[in-house]
Amino acid sequence: MTEANIVLEAKNITKQFPGVLASDNVNFDLRKGEIHALLGENGAGKSTLMNLIYGLHLPDKGEIFVNGKPIEIKSPNDSIAAGIGMVHQHFMLIPVFTVAENVMLGDEVTKRGSLDRVTVAAKINEISKQYGLDVDPNALVGDLPVGLQQRVEIVKTLYRNAEIVILDEPTAVLTPQEAEDLFRIMRDLTARGVSIIFITHKLKEVLAVADRITVMRAGRVINTVQPSETNEAQLANMMVGRQVILTVEKKDHAASGDILKVEGLSARDQRDLETVHNVSFTVRGGEVLGIAGVQGNGQTELSEALTGLRAPTGGKVTMDGIDLTGKSPRVMTEAGLAHIPEDRQRHGLVLSYSVADNMALCDYYRPPFSSRGVIQQKALDENARKLIDAFDVRTPSPFVNAGKLSGGNQQKVIVARELSRHNVKLVIANQPTRGLDVGSIEYIHSEIIKMRDRGVAVLLISAELDEVMALSDRIAVMYRGQIVAVVDSKKATREQLGLWMAGAHVETTQA
Amino acid sequence: MDWKRFGFIALIIVVLFGTVVMIGQVKQPPVLIITSMLATTIAVATPLALGALSGVYCERAGVVNIGIEGMMLTSAFFGWLGAIYMYHIFKIPPSISIVLGVMFAILTGMLMALLHAALSITFKVDQIIGGTVINILAVGLTGFLNRQLFFGATSVFKGSVPSSPGVLPTIHVPLTEIFTSVCGTSASCLENLAAINRVFDQKPIAISAILLVFFSHYVLFNTRWGLRTRAVGEHPKAADTVGINVIKMRYANVLIGGMFAGLAGAYFTIESVPSFEPLLTNGRGFISLAAMIFGNWTPIGAWAASLVFGASQALLINMQIFRDVIPPQWSFLQESYIVGLTPYILTMFILTGIIGKTTPPAADGVPYEK
Repeated sequence: MTEANIVLEAKNITKQFPGVLASDNVNFDLRKGEIHALLGENGAGKSTLMNLIYGLHLPDKGEIFVNGKPIEIKSPNDSIAAGIGMVHQHFMLIPVFTVAENVMLGDEVTKRGSLDRVTVAAKINEISKQYGLDVDPNALVGDLPVGLQQRVEIVKTLYRNAEIVILDEPTAVLTPQEAEDLFRIMRDLTARGVSIIFITHKLKEVLAVADRITVMRAGRVINTVQPSETNEAQLANMMVGRQVILTVEKKDHAASGDILKVEGLSARDQRDLETVHNVSFTVRGGEVLGIAGVQGNGQTELSEALTGLRAPTGGKVTMDGIDLTGKSPRVMTEAGLAHIPEDRQRHGLVLSYSVADNMALCDYYRPPFSSRGVIQQKALDENARKLIDAFDVRTPSPFVNAGKLSGGNQQKVIVARELSRHNVKLVIANQPTRGLDVGSIEYIHSEIIKMRDRGVAVLLISAELDEVMALSDRIAVMYRGQIVAVVDSKKATREQLGLWMAGAHVETTQA
Repeated sequence: MDWKRFGFIALIIVVLFGTVVMIGQVKQPPVLIITSMLATTIAVATPLALGALSGVYCERAGVVNIGIEGMMLTSAFFGWLGAIYMYHIFKIPPSISIVLGVMFAILTGMLMALLHAALSITFKVDQIIGGTVINILAVGLTGFLNRQLFFGATSVFKGSVPSSPGVLPTIHVPLTEIFTSVCGTSASCLENLAAINRVFDQKPIAISAILLVFFSHYVLFNTRWGLRTRAVGEHPKAADTVGINVIKMRYANVLIGGMFAGLAGAYFTIESVPSFEPLLTNGRGFISLAAMIFGNWTPIGAWAASLVFGASQALLINMQIFRDVIPPQWSFLQESYIVGLTPYILTMFILTGIIGKTTPPAADGVPYEK
């Protein structure tokens, strides 16, 4: 490769945020027509680097060159003008606008002062055809499935004539098939001379599509490698900085009788739409039932209906024979439910309370934590010290506010509180490792398997298919509020699960 | 368009008008009653429609504005005061003083809006509290200055409130003149024509309010400015990533909203009656907000909702005119305090959401942080 082929170069980029050196003297370059993957854990500095290149933040030090010329990027306007486009992890789309309105926003075509929707629609159709994107300019964005919304984002960058496209964690919200489609689109784009920076933390994807891989850790570039010269284990090693075990160790284990029985459960979301329809399944003692599915297919409402946070509109839930339909969280907790909620900061912890107080949130009203209505601080502290030790929570002291801890340690506080109780019969874990570092993921996975091995029933809900496949004994797939398939995890393939997640019609097979 | 909503609005207006026609027809022909009620409805709806437009601009850009009431009150005061100063102190002819008064009112609205914008956009104060500050400030400021400037020891007016230079004139739309020939020699036709003409003979602010409603609707949904305004109110971060300056857009729209509230204030003291009294706006800023919500944050919808409130005011006025012919079984309509409740009852009824849900802009009331 010659110098002339480098379309984007970042030199010695440094960015300090309060308390974190988010970008430490980073060098990065992108060649014309390549897919350059930027790999790293959450908080490694990938998104920061891209936000600096896109002009959402200003670097403290360093220079950015586009096509060999130094440019100063102070706002997204500058980077857009330089031909850089970005597809953000959380889509920057306005649901109540049409595709055309979203695409033209900020770069509108007007005719005598009015928006020229016709011209814009024609341009979108042209781009859509050229790259096989299949986007309808007049559709309302809020009505589109996530995969299509992402294409709208890609159209947005191409509409602005971007030659460099940054994709920030683009596969996080996609089914495996949608991800395959995206990879095809990415290859189409590079074939036409567009250069792509592909940000991800998924090793398999990187090896599948990237031309080059740059690994970041703690704000620094660790190395840049060719996919042909590396493998998953080596990449994981670079990402985390130590050997990691990528597979979950899981012994075969016989399941006992039914613990959780869900029959015909229905629930509505806050807009009063029924997002869980007539769902039935059972979880046996000593097994993990994983619920796979793309985010937003009713998993949130399902888990809330099962844990007392949302009143079901129909159906029956029993645990070990006790009817718990529509009961309050306290009744459920006392009956033996441990709940690791989807949103740890909203439903798992009181962020402004200390770690010790958070660890007693389920039992604070009972001895030994309470005596005649008065909280026994000593008992709380003792309990906290014991759990901090046992669950390896990294906190300066039990009295630190839970909000001060890192995501991984916050999750460990919840896991410690929920799994340490004596009467646990059922664990419901919704997205237990979302946004966590590899070390914490490893730990939480092993704790979940420990519960299973002790004979506890575990319901795992996760949008990460790899996680579901690694932990589950049986896998149920949820699509548009229904369980569309239940399979033995040993017989399940990624492809088949992916098809079900995308709504391919199947006959329910009970494993 | 939301036909259910507009149908409901039309239904209420028809019921209110029908009530008056039924009672009043023994005294006056229905045409006269309907046209006079329509004229009142449009006039009374003017400040409400302008106030609602003020809210639409602010909230579409993502800034909740419950300070419309205060902005109106302050503008009504300073517009009126400005006209008096121009006329009595600077000896400017009354017609020009009146127009300058309107300018002062609009400027006052903008200044109050600037305060609200600074509080809610720059300093990220809770926007409900910011609006409340505006409302309280308006009552205190106008009440204090109203006393101090006229009755204070150093007052140039030496303890009396001078007469204002007057109110804006009615603009005559020459319908009668144009269509007289159609009637030929029929006297009743001429009479009807004159009655219909009364609906269109409105004052300048009332007429401009209607024009501004349609203009704003067009701007909001068909221009670059409108698209960007709605974008910063729905998803400011998305707007930011395509290079739109969220802070500037929000400031600009709140200031525009202030101008509309200022014009609404001018209606009270420069178009309707040439005097000021403390608390003169009497909750109409809040009714504007209700109209904005019922109109689902659209200018035309908000205007239609304002007409409902205008019509209920027309009902109140007409019930006083026809007091003596109200049938005994409807005697409660003689009590003006009961009929006077109509707009407030309608407000509560409408805000319950029985007639379909309204959806505020997604980022309404949320300060933007990078």
